[in-house]
Amino acid sequence: MVAFTLNGDPVAVDVPDDATLLQALRGPLGLSGPRFGCGTEQCGSCMVLLDGKPAYACTLAAAAVAGRQVVTVEGLGTPESPHPLQSAFLAEQAGQCGYCLSGILISAAALLAANPDPDEAAIRRALDPHLCRCGSHNRIIRAVRRAARQMQGQGRAA
Amino acid sequence: MSKGFGAMLPGEDGRPRLPGSLHLNRRLSQWLAIHADGRVTIKPGKVELGQGILTALSQIAAEELDVSLSRIQVQTAATPDSPDEAVTSGSLSVQHSGSALRHACADARRIFLSVVSQRTGVPVDSIRIVDGSFFGPQGEIGSYWSLADAELLETEASPDAQPKLPSARRLTGTSVPRLDLPDKVFGAARYVHDLRLPGMLHARMVRPPARRATLTALREGPLPGDARAVRDGNFLAALASTEWDAEAAAARLAARAEWQAEDSLPEQSVLAAWLREAASRGKHSVVQERSNPAPAAARTIKRSFTRPYLAHASIGPSCAVARWQGETVEVWTHSQGPYNLRADIAKTLRCAPERIIVRHMEGAGCYGHNGADDVALEAVLIARAVPGTPVRLLWSRAEELGWSPFSSAMLVDVEADLDAQGNLIGWRSHIISNGHSSRPGRGKDPTLLAASMLADPFPVHPSINPPMAAGGGAPRNAVPLYRIPALHVATTRLLEMPIRTSALRGLGATLNVWSIESVMDELAAMAGADPLDYRLRHLDDPRAADVLHKVAAMAGWRNRTKQEGRGMGLGFARYKNTGAYAAVIAEIEAAERIFCRRLWIAGDVGEVVNPDGVMNQFEGGAIHGTSVALLEQVRFDRRTVTSDHWEAYPILRFSEVPQVQVELITRPEVPFLGAGEATMGPAIAAIAAAIHDALGVRPRALPFTPENIAAAMDAEA
Ligand code: FES
Ligand code: FES
Repeated sequence: MVAFTLNGDPVAVDVPDDATLLQALRGPLGLSGPRFGCGTEQCGSCMVLLDGKPAYACTLAAAAVAGRQVVTVEGLGTPESPHPLQSAFLAEQAGQCGYCLSGILISAAALLAANPDPDEAAIRRALDPHLCRCGSHNRIIRAVRRAARQMQGQGRAA
Repeated sequence: MSKGFGAMLPGEDGRPRLPGSLHLNRRLSQWLAIHADGRVTIKPGKVELGQGILTALSQIAAEELDVSLSRIQVQTAATPDSPDEAVTSGSLSVQHSGSALRHACADARRIFLSVVSQRTGVPVDSIRIVDGSFFGPQGEIGSYWSLADAELLETEASPDAQPKLPSARRLTGTSVPRLDLPDKVFGAARYVHDLRLPGMLHARMVRPPARRATLTALREGPLPGDARAVRDGNFLAALASTEWDAEAAAARLAARAEWQAEDSLPEQSVLAAWLREAASRGKHSVVQERSNPAPAAARTIKRSFTRPYLAHASIGPSCAVARWQGETVEVWTHSQGPYNLRADIAKTLRCAPERIIVRHMEGAGCYGHNGADDVALEAVLIARAVPGTPVRLLWSRAEELGWSPFSSAMLVDVEADLDAQGNLIGWRSHIISNGHSSRPGRGKDPTLLAASMLADPFPVHPSINPPMAAGGGAPRNAVPLYRIPALHVATTRLLEMPIRTSALRGLGATLNVWSIESVMDELAAMAGADPLDYRLRHLDDPRAADVLHKVAAMAGWRNRTKQEGRGMGLGFARYKNTGAYAAVIAEIEAAERIFCRRLWIAGDVGEVVNPDGVMNQFEGGAIHGTSVALLEQVRFDRRTVTSDHWEAYPILRFSEVPQVQVELITRPEVPFLGAGEATMGPAIAAIAAAIHDALGVRPRALPFTPENIAAAMDAEA
């Protein structure tokens, strides 16, 4: 039994030692946001936040996250209460098939948490572990900048 | 009545011609349903591949019915009820499905209005529709919803229906946000990968070590958990309750399987030579020929261009879920053609197609005939071992990159003649390639991967080319749009297929557009003309000239200055010579390798249903083209494909994606043309031209890697 915090809630899941975090999240934990793309840390589809840092769920043993904080794209926001990044991706229509977006949103969230005003080069660097075959890259970069502007605006207002 | 005349011409089958896929699927209820609770369901046979088709089709339906977009629901394609629209491919979805839905909805509107008019005495011309409610001069007189139960759509579409005039359209032509995107940014369960049925088991395939291999023995041994093997000849899979057990079991089975493997693939280092040699046993045909009077040739140039096998490289590996119940099997799939898939599963199982239900669900982005159909058959074969239990089969990354059909390696030889004034007067070309389609549903034997691996196997036939009337395969875009008095374009289709080939975005156009544009640039230089002017002087089509002028203005082509290590180039094509127009200018930087820094794109797709959607497709296609131009090639040894992971098959990443600017010339009065494949060829051509501008060498082989560019320099020296 592995116990950890998933999207703010305590969870415990019974999986064997060789199960990956991605398998646990998509299997017994019933999530669909983290996606399988390669299983070898080469595409970023499976990215989650582990104690606030991007981590590949496809190679991480589920057992390794015991006691830690895991956030998936479902934990960033909901249609009722979206993360500024999710709103910005919709505003920029940043995506085609969308398969890559869960992981990209996670890395973008980590970037903005560490650097509230990233320039284009910083965004490209942060997203470089992620593949997008549909060619939505430029829209995605614009969306991250839009979210950064919006979050800074909110920060100033608060 | 002259206005209905065009529509009244009989179709080839003797029935009145109806637009798009409506002609063969004529009942209105096949296309839409109106519900008493104020909803409208549309039922296209085309499927969402990431291209945004569901949004565009919803816009078209809402427009013709005069209801708000939020009332429209899309029923995704499934046999046997959806219209059979064959395959979602060739950038034809809006033409086929959109024009059918437009007409069907216009007809539905006509029928509802005539019924309400009869019931109330208000003349049809005096009825206004506001979000589905009907208003006469005295106020509301009914609605679609109040007549929903009258079965008014259980009728054949009439050729007389009159869709709105372009000037009356309000919703089409606007950038409505994509209906599918919210699910995708919140991680909702939307893909077939996310389907979880009660009691569902997980499966993984065990692949042979070579393309030609026989499973001679499978050693006994324990498997993890409740895992079991499923085997039929060379077809071998692991099945278990959990994904981890299925994966571990597949690994153990792979270690215990003994294969007798043989060499069957050509030597990659001499691929072009192999193409020429295999062509001597291939099927030669003339694509187009003309011999109008022309002056004598003052100069002739001869050039050859090649490209490697290309992979689809979808981000999500292929996936399907299948469940047998008695004699029938249901399969959930991201196939591009539910009916065609059904036909080939039926052939493989040697049963009637009616026993198979195929339901479409979205997958990761699809750029042609990838593994989607193969994995569906495999899931069906595995699920047969556990009747009543759903089975989900997911391919690995290695299978996706190593076992999906590939786009064929190709070679083209071109000879072009100039007259004394530098005008292009003669063109001879010959394209060597495998066919560009082994899509299911079309031949007497199934084309799905597993069909050839069973104990009672089906033969594998070499892939074919779609007819030129449908855009052709290898010779797609091989006939230049430029004015040339004498022309001879021929192709040889290989009759041996060591590596399975099928349709990938653009088919042969990725090579043909680049080769034509490269030769045009050389001829322009010989004629002392700017590449833009030289193209314009050989074009008779004003829409072609318009996109070229536009892209030149966007990129400041006329005032471009030469910068050390940088180059600019131009590429143009009208996709299939009948589809969308696209002109692209690329700016590249030549460093340790080539980087494409900027792309400007001007396009014309006729009527634009959703401008942002078209721009998204244009940009995506051009970035795909940039990736093909600079990075992509399938690698293999004599036995199997070795580029089966992302390091061995790199695609363009965030750090190297060019900035892209797209502008459209919209023409609401002319038919819509698909956008998904229009920019790939011109983008590749523009990058090649920009490389010449920077380095003075014309690339002859894709991808434009330092090795291939160095080889071109050596050849020119
Ligand atoms: S699935 Fe984890 S990086 Fe690709
Ligand atoms: S939107 Fe399809 S892979 Fe990124």
